[in-house]
Amino acid sequence: MKVRLKIWRQENAKAKGAFVTYDFEEVSTEMSFLEMLDALNQKLIKKGDSPIAFDSDCREGICGSCGLYINGRPNGPEKGISTCQLSMRAFKDGDTIYVEPWRAKPFPVIKDLIVDRSAFDKILHACGFISVNTGSAPDGNSILVPKEYSDLAFDSSVCIGCGACVAACKNASAMLFVSAKVSHLALLPQGRPEARERVKNMVMEMDRLGFGNCTNTGACEAECPKEINLTNIARLNREYFTAKIL
Amino acid sequence: MAILDAKIPEGSLAEKWTHYKNSVKLVNPANKKKLDIIVVGTGAAGSSAASALGELGYNVKVFCYQDSPRRAHAIASQGGINATKNYQNDGDSVYRLFYDMIKGGDFRAREANVYRAAEVSSQVIDHYTALGVPFARDYGGSLTNRSFGGVQVSRTFYAKGQTGQQCMLASYSSLNRQISKGTVTMFSRREMLDLVLVDGKARGIITRNLITGELERHSAHAVVLASGGYGTIYYLSTLAIQSNGSAAWKAHLKGALFANPSFAQIHPTSIPQLNEYQSKLTLMSESLRNDGRIWVPKEKNDKRHPNDIPEEDRDYYLERRYPAYGNLVPRDVGSRAAKERCDAGYGVGPTGLAVYMDFRDAIKKQGDKTIEAKYGNLFQLYDTITGINPYKEPMQIYPSAHYTMGGLWVDYNLMTTIPGLYAIGEANFADHGANRLGAASLMQCSGDGYFILPFTISDYMADQIKTPRIPVNLKEFDEAEENVRKRLEKLISINGTQTSTFFHKKLGKIMWDYCGMVRNEEGLKKAAELVKELKHEFWTDLKVPGNLNELNQEIEKAGRVSDFFDLAGLLISDALNRKESCGAHFREESQTPDGEAQRNDDEYLYVAAWEFKGEERPHQLHKEKLKFEEVEVQVRSYK
Ligand SMILES: Cc1cc2nc3c(=O)[nH]c(=O)nc-3n(C[C@H](O)[C@H](O)[C@H](O)COP(=O)(O)OP(=O)(O)OC[C@H]3O[C@@H](n4cnc5c(N)ncnc54)[C@H](O)[C@@H]3O)c2cc1C
Ligand code: SF4
Ligand code: FES
Repeated sequence: MKVRLKIWRQENAKAKGAFVTYDFEEVSTEMSFLEMLDALNQKLIKKGDSPIAFDSDCREGICGSCGLYINGRPNGPEKGISTCQLSMRAFKDGDTIYVEPWRAKPFPVIKDLIVDRSAFDKILHACGFISVNTGSAPDGNSILVPKEYSDLAFDSSVCIGCGACVAACKNASAMLFVSAKVSHLALLPQGRPEARERVKNMVMEMDRLGFGNCTNTGACEAECPKEINLTNIARLNREYFTAKIL
Repeated sequence: MAILDAKIPEGSLAEKWTHYKNSVKLVNPANKKKLDIIVVGTGAAGSSAASALGELGYNVKVFCYQDSPRRAHAIASQGGINATKNYQNDGDSVYRLFYDMIKGGDFRAREANVYRAAEVSSQVIDHYTALGVPFARDYGGSLTNRSFGGVQVSRTFYAKGQTGQQCMLASYSSLNRQISKGTVTMFSRREMLDLVLVDGKARGIITRNLITGELERHSAHAVVLASGGYGTIYYLSTLAIQSNGSAAWKAHLKGALFANPSFAQIHPTSIPQLNEYQSKLTLMSESLRNDGRIWVPKEKNDKRHPNDIPEEDRDYYLERRYPAYGNLVPRDVGSRAAKERCDAGYGVGPTGLAVYMDFRDAIKKQGDKTIEAKYGNLFQLYDTITGINPYKEPMQIYPSAHYTMGGLWVDYNLMTTIPGLYAIGEANFADHGANRLGAASLMQCSGDGYFILPFTISDYMADQIKTPRIPVNLKEFDEAEENVRKRLEKLISINGTQTSTFFHKKLGKIMWDYCGMVRNEEGLKKAAELVKELKHEFWTDLKVPGNLNELNQEIEKAGRVSDFFDLAGLLISDALNRKESCGAHFREESQTPDGEAQRNDDEYLYVAAWEFKGEERPHQLHKEKLKFEEVEVQVRSYK
């Protein structure tokens, strides 16, 4: 099939970017979206043009490297998947497809479709962990965790740090990402001793890095490839207020 | 080069590590601060090593080519991580795990290292649990386990089908803690392109900043490679697409011996290749074989829908051939059995290169809910990719390149043949012999990083305390940087007509066809010729667009593929040299009448460690004789 691609091209962080149109005819519905871009790149290189830069690694929805804004939605038209899991089956012959990088102030564009998400790492440096030194852990089964909590913690822990939630949010808020980590650790007894410090520090760091406020539009939840849900944000708020009061 | 000395401590197997720890040289805390260590890689191995070394007080610098350390390939591990807790009371012990790995590796691994890996496995689970890994639990709140291939106990800890992500995120979190404390400095989007030796010791690396293209120098008292495996040499594999062998290869060119390069694991259960555009193959975790039954139709070319094929027309060939282990035979055995059926014409699916993995019986017995709790995300993954719902009809699967047991040769200290250069995790060769057991890699990577290297490196660092910080303006750094620059310039100035992806695909096909699941002398010799020709073509007809001083993903790929050509040559030589079948290395000339691998212990009971002797010269083979003191070397049978 044939598609018209309008892809954001930007030489580097300082350059001004623009959409460039590519009519690409050799598309198969069997390709994944990124394989379609691979194929286009092969063609561009052979023609002497510069290929489109985009991040990806695992190509199975787990590493969080990829992530493109496709036709105005993070990761394209389908729910619960990352960009590398999007198949060209989702498009029709003759479609026009807009492809952009994540748009958010804290994620500046590096080149074309690649953005700098190091702000996420920085938030996690602010206590996105449990402080335990190697060698000092007790026997695994000495910490019993009710299955219910363990399962909930798991559901929060599946965040892949892709940044779709920030890209989806009109305020560029990182609340879903932060709340997923806060919840994961707060739900486990191992994470309780530092829970207060953790939530305060992470929220402070998030604000410092220029992420916006959460106004409860829920766009993050709708676009999260791992379907992290909004109850995490409610839990974060609760953790945050108790931490502030006590 | 002296005879290889594995430096295995004296004493009985069970006492070696304890003795070692009691006698290893230590470095006092004040001195540790003055000592620098470089860690290349942030997977389960690199992150755990860097954080443990940071906790000890060393000054650590860590590198990865992804934008964040959390995205290292270990994130994609699925099924689980082993430990000898014996929480299931099913008779597990350190010895049993050790024995399973030795046997699983077809008696081609070093006893002492394997025993130690099993010994520290429990601590790894304790540590990960304390770091907040949400491992699966029972209703009473205790940890639960499942089985993996090649074993008869349940010792695998798991977090649904994404154990790797959870372990990776835990080690990343411990890394973050050290970064926030300032003991570890993180360098993301950096690629190590050379190792720097000063007076024969590893003293630094040259990296390329992948955003600016700038070449950078980093020095240290010791360098640790945790750069992962090279399974992507086959192009299509279950690995992340950027995984590569270059870091280890660069070290090899500087004098580190490369061990058993041809031991590459082909995993039996991944989603088959569906088309020619495919950039990777997706694994369906081995854990699925706990409940999935593998079969093909008894009739060739049976075109009926799998659900319409009655029981009596199905050949559960693993259960038939290996009644004792059934669907849970080790990977190499499972892969070859699938290939055998497909080659014989019983394969299914559009290409005939697939077999069924069927959950019908398990769902009937345990219900949708239980199966979903165990494998929900894997089923979903399968559905997303193939459009087939595995709750309703069997999965189609086929073997795929997955893991490399071969890697840099290391001694008991995990040090390579270059003083001060260590290799941990999948990058070394040490623990899995000729075949790795499931859930044993995360265990080894994390064990190496958290609980072994921090001790063993201390032995070396104790002798470095008088060495001041290494300056980066030494002539050795000048030379290394210059060589890197020249190679990059050479690659970009060929200005031919084909992309590195084109060459990588072709190389992968050669390797898969002649040096994959089944090998023979004629094919290997042919492969050697083909690789040589293709390499020549690569160096005369490659096209790399753009410039060196910018973000340029094509020059990154070109560099990695150029090293793959050389590594492929060595892999083939190693496979040719080993005229026996063992584990994943199956030489057609060496099989039993019923088609099982036939080892030749009289001639090949050794680790083949290869020394680089210069561009156009053949590698030199060094043999580390394997001594089995604790176990009896037996025929590996799963019947
Ligand atoms: C799909 C899949 C599922 C798996 N499931 C399991 C499982 O269930 N259980 C199990 O035990 N094992 C499993 N494995 C195997 C296991 O995931 C790997 O063996 C393990 O992740 C290797 O970890 P590592 O730390 O050695 O290296 P990796 O995780 O591969 O990390 C390599 C690191 O090195 C860096 N690096 C490499 N080269 C350079 C360079 N030149 N410069 C800078 N940085 C560099 C990378 O950026 C990365 O950070 C699975 C493997 C696959 C492919
Ligand atoms: S919360 Fe969801 S969208 Fe946000 S980073 Fe995590 S996985 Fe991505
Ligand atoms: S490439 Fe890893 S999530 Fe898409």
